[in-house]
Amino acid sequence: MRTLLFLLKKEFKQIFRNKALLPLIFIAPLIQLLILPLAADYEVKNINISFVDHDHSTMSQQLYHKIISSGYFRGVGYGSSYKDALKQIEADQADLIIEIPIGFERNLIRENRQDLFVAINAINGVKAGLGGSYIGQIITDFNQEIRFKWLTSVEQITPGQIEIGSSFWYNPNLNYNMFMVPAILVILVTMICAYMCSLNIVKEKEVGTIEQINATPIKKYQFILGKLIPFWFIGLFIFSVGLFVIARFVYGIVPIGSLLLLYLFLAIYLIALLGMGLLISTMANTQQQAMSVAFFFIMIFMLMSGLFTPIDSMPDWAKLIAYCSPVTYFIDVTRMLVLKGSGMMDIRWHFVIIIIFAIVLNAWALIKYKKTS
Amino acid sequence: MNQFITFIRKEFYHVFRDSKTLLMLFGLPIVQIVLFGFALSNEIRNAKIAIFDQAKDQTSQQIINRFAASRYFSLQNNISSESQIEAVFQEGKIKLLMIIPSSFEEDLMHSRKASIQFIFDASDPNTASTLQGYANAIIMSYQQDLVAGSNIPLQIIPQTRMLYNPELKGAPTFVPGVMALVLMLICVLMTSISIVKEKEQGTMEILLVSPVNPFLLIIAKAVPYLALSLVNLAVILTLSVTLLDMPINGSLFLLIAESTLLIITALALGLLISNSTANQQAAMLIAMMGMLVPTMLFTGFMFPIENMPIPLQIISHFIPSKWYYIIVKSIMIKGLGIAAIWKETLILLGMALIFLFLSFKKFKTRLQ
Repeated sequence: MRTLLFLLKKEFKQIFRNKALLPLIFIAPLIQLLILPLAADYEVKNINISFVDHDHSTMSQQLYHKIISSGYFRGVGYGSSYKDALKQIEADQADLIIEIPIGFERNLIRENRQDLFVAINAINGVKAGLGGSYIGQIITDFNQEIRFKWLTSVEQITPGQIEIGSSFWYNPNLNYNMFMVPAILVILVTMICAYMCSLNIVKEKEVGTIEQINATPIKKYQFILGKLIPFWFIGLFIFSVGLFVIARFVYGIVPIGSLLLLYLFLAIYLIALLGMGLLISTMANTQQQAMSVAFFFIMIFMLMSGLFTPIDSMPDWAKLIAYCSPVTYFIDVTRMLVLKGSGMMDIRWHFVIIIIFAIVLNAWALIKYKKTS
Repeated sequence: MNQFITFIRKEFYHVFRDSKTLLMLFGLPIVQIVLFGFALSNEIRNAKIAIFDQAKDQTSQQIINRFAASRYFSLQNNISSESQIEAVFQEGKIKLLMIIPSSFEEDLMHSRKASIQFIFDASDPNTASTLQGYANAIIMSYQQDLVAGSNIPLQIIPQTRMLYNPELKGAPTFVPGVMALVLMLICVLMTSISIVKEKEQGTMEILLVSPVNPFLLIIAKAVPYLALSLVNLAVILTLSVTLLDMPINGSLFLLIAESTLLIITALALGLLISNSTANQQAAMLIAMMGMLVPTMLFTGFMFPIENMPIPLQIISHFIPSKWYYIIVKSIMIKGLGIAAIWKETLILLGMALIFLFLSFKKFKTRLQ
């Protein structure tokens, strides 16, 4: 026990002595937590629309105004040639072209039906899909208005309308920060602990000091615990500062679920994560190798854990990978506890899985560690 | 010149001797491109929804069938009482609950107005608002079909054409983004420790007393990584085209030239980090912590930059991969030439020169 305490003292000293690392451990994540949530918003708004009007009729102008005043669209051109509008799309200045053919108003009244042309830059499929459906809705509304104006029989006009009422639970203002902040906090803690832990041990290997330690009466488990415990505390510390200072005072997020459950999960999660760092360390010979591997996994964790893109939308094999990442579970738990106030019963399987992660990763690392040294 | 070549050769030996690292430098980008190219998309598919159908009539069934047929939704459990609503959301099993009132069909036929209620799990607001768009569109199209059946006069019919990506696939947005992300990060990562490693191990002094110009010394460090990155680029492009169905509509030569420019920019940035830090650990953490997240966010393939607050939009201008992403989309998908992207090219070139200049400057101060 005393040996372990001495080791811990030494590790903490080493960490705090390294003036280049300190800001990276403590300040960088908090700055990221301040900035990132502001950037992470993919709601489709501000669709740039270029309007090509060959008709120049009252009706075509009314349609233009209706579209612009809907709030989704921003007019970036009211021209007379499709070619020019296409150039705007090529230059990313426009996302959507509406082309009104000659005789639009006249034909509509005479022939009772008239086409108009919508071309959408679909490189971003989601934006294109939603942009198309917004435009469709606006045109339908517009059409309805015209019928009211031109026709007398109401029977013809309204075949039955479905009204849609929407309510948004848990986050009625659709505040993106509520969703992103807890998850980004998870990622930051993960990055710090996984990187630092995997680099720390391999560094001793690379510099050669690990041999000196092996030559002392320090037991291996003491050495490993001495390495892991400081990062476990650092992880807890960063998470707490993020949650109680930044999330609360900057973003106004107060967890509505049980803090005890959250911290219990965090504690186990950190053990799993540190086990992974240890595993990487035992397999790598140089810091560069350790870092490449850690980077590889962190990137997969980050992109596939449901942080940014929903897991449900992924192909099945990718879902499998997502569910093999501890980060997925922690992000889910954090969101459930912080935003929805879910209880132990709702997250019991998350607990079971993270405990399995902790046991498997640490056991694997220990077996590897004994074999290599 | 001879010395320079000898130095480059030495650096190549260094890189190639460490086979484990080499394997990673080649393996990781390949795995990541394939993984993310297939798995990532902002599109929401199979969002789990529950239905509380109080009407259980023909109309409500028709609407439910439309939701079931949509690739955006996947029907889960039906619920049968109001008291279950809260529970299904808290378990986190569903994103949307659709409530159809009992008098739905009757209202629609007789009073010509019926209502449907949606409850979204807005703890994920992005998904909630996207799903709202999809759900509304389904109801709208159902309604339109009712209209079409009743032969309404004065119809304006939009003919919609999806340019560049008619099937609305995720790949055209995400593959160029992942290309930019992976190339950028791998390159920065590789060079970020190249010089600091020598500093840390003490071999730097030996290099400095050699008669080689420090300028060439830095360049020599980057050359093997440039070669490696070009090979990586070839692999990444091949995978994108063959496996991920990305077109190359523009000039392949131009694409390679622009990619080389990005690689050089990233390598120069890595050198700058390497020259400015004192040990490998710090260099790596800066390269990782400092680069990963901003690059991911500000490249523009995940979150539209035009949605961000102005200060962040300004920050995004300083991220090289953002400009590269625009370039790749223009060349590969839109098939445009240099005339359309000269501005972005100049910006990248400027960045490369600034990074190189700064890293030489940093390096020289170390000499004294």
